[in-house]
Amino acid sequence: MGLPTHEPRGAQLSMSAETAGRPGPAPHASAAALVPYVLGLADDALVLGHRLSEWSGRGPTLEEDIALSNLALDLIGQARLCYAYAGEIEGRGRDEDALAYWRDEHAYRNLLLLEQPNGDFAMTMVRHLLYAAFLDPYFKALSASADARLAEIGAKAAKEMAYHLRHAAEWVIRLGDGTEESRARTAAALEELWMYTGEMFEMEAGETALSAQGIAVDRGTIKPAWEATLARVLAEASLARPADRWMQRGGRAGQHSEHLGRLLAEMQVLHRAHPGASW
Amino acid sequence: MPSKLERNAHSTGSADALARARAAVAAVVDPEIPILTLEDLGILRGVAHKDGQIVVELTPTYIGCPATFAIRLAVEAALAAAGLPEARVVTQLSPPWSTDAITETGRRKLKAFGIAPPARATGPGALFRDAEVACPHCGSTKTSKLSEFGSTACKAQWRCDACREPFDYFKCI
Repeated sequence: MGLPTHEPRGAQLSMSAETAGRPGPAPHASAAALVPYVLGLADDALVLGHRLSEWSGRGPTLEEDIALSNLALDLIGQARLCYAYAGEIEGRGRDEDALAYWRDEHAYRNLLLLEQPNGDFAMTMVRHLLYAAFLDPYFKALSASADARLAEIGAKAAKEMAYHLRHAAEWVIRLGDGTEESRARTAAALEELWMYTGEMFEMEAGETALSAQGIAVDRGTIKPAWEATLARVLAEASLARPADRWMQRGGRAGQHSEHLGRLLAEMQVLHRAHPGASW
Repeated sequence: MPSKLERNAHSTGSADALARARAAVAAVVDPEIPILTLEDLGILRGVAHKDGQIVVELTPTYIGCPATFAIRLAVEAALAAAGLPEARVVTQLSPPWSTDAITETGRRKLKAFGIAPPARATGPGALFRDAEVACPHCGSTKTSKLSEFGSTACKAQWRCDACREPFDYFKCI
């Protein structure tokens, strides 16, 4: 965090950047809906990225330790781009650090699925499969956004998410089709996390309006691709797709499980104790 | 009377300054794969005069690549060393970088260094399909993937089943 990704900070904070030919939504009249939408994308990426980074130095094998840290890096990179953009549109002088480190859990808009604890390795991989199977086609669709900044973030991130999806899918297949122990753990993870999958496809009113303008992606349109990927992976893993049932919700509205507060406490404590510290 | 733009262009030596900037920046090496220059890697998008200032455009390989910031600092240092401290470095995301942007020279250097260059124009491809990767040491295509993720975001770990040497593969993106 704290590194300029596009322009010097002064330029980020003023709308005059538009005149420099930098892409962005033409009128910022839609900022009221756009800021929370982009913050949601940023929070999703940061929270999952932080969760994966908790595996650093604890992976089941050296190769997997490196893989999990690489996945975390991609997500934290996505988060930074989205926070920087959200801060610019908001125009209140909040940069990516302010947005990541100085908001409390009720202001966080991430999906509940992503804040769930890592659990065992099967739980982490099932969570990643459930999300990557959504995010890969989602970013591909976002690359056609009418908002040029979101389109370029989507195009860039989609390339990386394709690797996330493949990695998680390969592991879920290996675990589901592995020993009795690995299969039982993977099946249990799938059962436990399923109730958090409904929230991925929910649209808020503002997001629906942005989608009508071609800026945001209609999450419902991603469902068939998500179902198809899961069907294929679960079939190879000889695991059953859990039956749809009551779904947890509330992450977008800042209603989180107890887990997010703990995650944020660990992530934010250093920055809050030493504001502006760098190395 | 010269325009503001022309005056500024003169103050940095115009064409000459631009050529110096280009040369200085093109020779900066990637901190993680120091055999490759930014030009070899294809992440240097342009060096141009804009509003009376020299502007260097870079694009990141991976969004979260920690080398991105180090590269930016190295570019700024190279510009300062070339007598152009006022040049500006900007990051450009679109179009996203692809391994197809690695030059022929870059691909040769990678192979000589023991890193298998990326297959062309494939991207991550289908869910379960791997590209055919030739061993950079013995050239055999009897190779297998050890892990999709390696020592840096852009590399995967492979092993040659013919000569038994492990090697890095610069994966397609």
